[in-house]
Amino acid sequence: MGDVFTPFNFMLLLIGTIGGLILGATPGLSPTMAVALLIPFTFRLEAAQGLILLGAAYTSTVAGGAVSAILLKIPGAPANIATTLDGHTMAQKGQGAKALQLSFLASAVGGVFGVLLLIFLTPVLAKWALAFGPSHLFWLAILGVTVIGSLDSSSLVKGLLSGCIGLWLATIGFDDIMGAQRFIFHPAVGGGINVIPALIGLFAIPQVITMFAKGRSSSGAEVIVVQKSPIKAAIQEVFSRKRALAIGTAVGSVIGLIPGVGGQIAGLVAYDQSKKFSPESEKFGTGHSEGVIAAEAANNAMVGPSLVPLLTLSIPGSPTAAVLLGGLLIHGIFPGSDLFDNHPDVAWTFINSMLIGQILMCIFGLYVAGLAASVARVPHSVMAAVVLGLAVFGSYSVQNSMGDVYVMASLGVGMYFLERFGFSAAPLVLGLILGPIAEANFIQGSMIANATSSVGSYFFTGPLNLTLIIIVVASIAYSAWMEVRNRRYTSKEEIMQ
Amino acid sequence: MKTWIAGAAMALMTLGTTASADGHGDFPERPIMMMVSYGAGGATDFQARIVTMTAGNEDALGMPVAIINKPGAGGRVGWNWFSSQAESDGYTLGAYNVPHFIAQSIEGGVDYSTDSFEPIANWGADPAVFVVAADSDFNSMADVVDYAKANPGGLTFSGAGLFVGHHIAALQLEKAAGVKLAYIPSNKGGAGAMKSVIAGEVLGGVNNLSDAFRAREAGNVKILGVFDLERNAFMEDVPTMQEQGFDIDNASVNFRGVMVPAGTPQGVIDHLAAVVPTMFENSRVQGKMSAGGSPMHVMNREEVLEMWAARQTTLEELLAGL
Repeated sequence: MGDVFTPFNFMLLLIGTIGGLILGATPGLSPTMAVALLIPFTFRLEAAQGLILLGAAYTSTVAGGAVSAILLKIPGAPANIATTLDGHTMAQKGQGAKALQLSFLASAVGGVFGVLLLIFLTPVLAKWALAFGPSHLFWLAILGVTVIGSLDSSSLVKGLLSGCIGLWLATIGFDDIMGAQRFIFHPAVGGGINVIPALIGLFAIPQVITMFAKGRSSSGAEVIVVQKSPIKAAIQEVFSRKRALAIGTAVGSVIGLIPGVGGQIAGLVAYDQSKKFSPESEKFGTGHSEGVIAAEAANNAMVGPSLVPLLTLSIPGSPTAAVLLGGLLIHGIFPGSDLFDNHPDVAWTFINSMLIGQILMCIFGLYVAGLAASVARVPHSVMAAVVLGLAVFGSYSVQNSMGDVYVMASLGVGMYFLERFGFSAAPLVLGLILGPIAEANFIQGSMIANATSSVGSYFFTGPLNLTLIIIVVASIAYSAWMEVRNRRYTSKEEIMQ
Repeated sequence: MKTWIAGAAMALMTLGTTASADGHGDFPERPIMMMVSYGAGGATDFQARIVTMTAGNEDALGMPVAIINKPGAGGRVGWNWFSSQAESDGYTLGAYNVPHFIAQSIEGGVDYSTDSFEPIANWGADPAVFVVAADSDFNSMADVVDYAKANPGGLTFSGAGLFVGHHIAALQLEKAAGVKLAYIPSNKGGAGAMKSVIAGEVLGGVNNLSDAFRAREAGNVKILGVFDLERNAFMEDVPTMQEQGFDIDNASVNFRGVMVPAGTPQGVIDHLAAVVPTMFENSRVQGKMSAGGSPMHVMNREEVLEMWAARQTTLEELLAGL
């Protein structure tokens, strides 16, 4: 069982969990940053103790990101983008407490399942993680782009256009492989557009502007009644939404495993899939509990499997795993297939800390959900100032750079006007995240293909490529069909207006 | 634990006091920042955090050093920022990787060259090695070169990017063996390049000795040769390229160290150059570095200046043919 339950270790676990929730809820502090911040504290601890702190913090920062996503509509990290779609709408209706409870419960279910996978299926999963070469990652990124149709419920065309803007923004800066400079018109974007400040700007700033505008016109009279939400009811709700919970957990653990891509899009793909399979798909985006459950189950289910490449092959599959690798190396522990034989105490303590951390995180989260949700009662004028402050702080803290604050502010103001014309932030961010993945893998794949076979056969043959291509085509066809069907239903009303 | 709480409290207290920027008599008066142009968790970042961990001790700088990551485009993003936007007051240090930044400045398209920076001290030297998957048919560099001769341009092998140490090693190998190879740069650094070797996406790869050492311990790769003048203490059994008949020197060895932007007051440079190498010699630092499999090589400012100049000449010759 490891030594999680000695008093000192359990205290570390509590500090890691609660501290992780708070760090995760702070805009700009992604799980990677939070874990990196904690590494120096582990210098003075034993190896196993340090890992308890890091393991608990990793799991709870991922869940903590949901707090700002739901209450403030600022996703803490790319993993929480999908949570804003229904979670924040629920909070606006006064159901913030319920949304938070659902997200913590779904996180715990997904997270525990993911860690169990890590414990029991590591050798199988390691093969799966290695199966994805450049051509497969390219198709996976394209699959991510097709999710756009689901993110923007108003119009497929505007969704795709937003995605294209995101793809263009992603090309700014040095390109990752050749080192060519593209569209650098100001030193602030010399390093390209950093995803975290972009996330904060695109989601938070349009809201801030709207809140200031409302504050003047309606003198903040609009008061949201925060509904109480009994924990028991939330538990029943989560388990009655079995489909969303299962899809979220499955998608999160399967996609989360793929090095480099998984963590960023697991939540969005899970949201998309559960929308497509739900009989109530039209309710998604209007504060539907399935949306929150699927997204949060997925992003925590990813935590366990995302460590498989690190723990078995010594290859960090995500930035957070890379930071954790540092935490292991500093104690002279080399992860690899024999980690469980050579350092069983350390390995098991680490895994158990994530398992128990998930449960602690859920209990703690459920208790504070009601309290946290009362931020919806804060008047708009005050709220706008607080969110603006957090947005500036969050984007500055990513790399102590004012440049990132300017980027955040400019993208945010731009997004405010785009939103007025019916565009939305989620597809834009998706383009920004997936563009570089698709581009780099395409270039690498074609370099390998040119040296060995031909580009066509490298990208279009093999079972994994073909499977991914079929899913991409099906996903586009489904979105197009939905668009046509919705037009038929709505066009009459539009004409009447 | 009490010590770090006290340390954090002291750091906060000093943050509150205002420092005089010009007089360097009491330098440093506030915490120092160090820019690393690779992401958190990479080998450079990991080592930078260890070698600076004792900076706050009274016998070292007496002030903590905080690491700031500015990753992107093989380090170009960070070094561009460091040469053009970082304050040259001694409170902003940068980590350098040679031959990376020198090769990039020769290739062009960046704002820096060796004249943009003043070295302080070197902490590590990580040679490049040639790795193949554990189940590969290649057992020596001769096998690799024979395959490349039979399949011109068809031997795919990965490395951490273009114009970094691994790429230099690849160019040296092509030149010394007289073959054409297909070098596939990774956008995920050494870890991404290693993954493509283990997964069989490429036939081999150039990688950091420290990462390859771990991958071999885990049973995932074979190491066929070291791109250095001598065998390495971490792997006495692996022959150098010269031993295997290829005329390849140590131009690709990844030297890591600390520098400041040009224009930093000479007094500050002298103080840092005197103190920083002793920080690297600290026994706790040395212990953590060797536990993590990171080879150390401490050099003072004069030695680094010579090394930079020597690399500049070698790389200009090597890259002229491109």
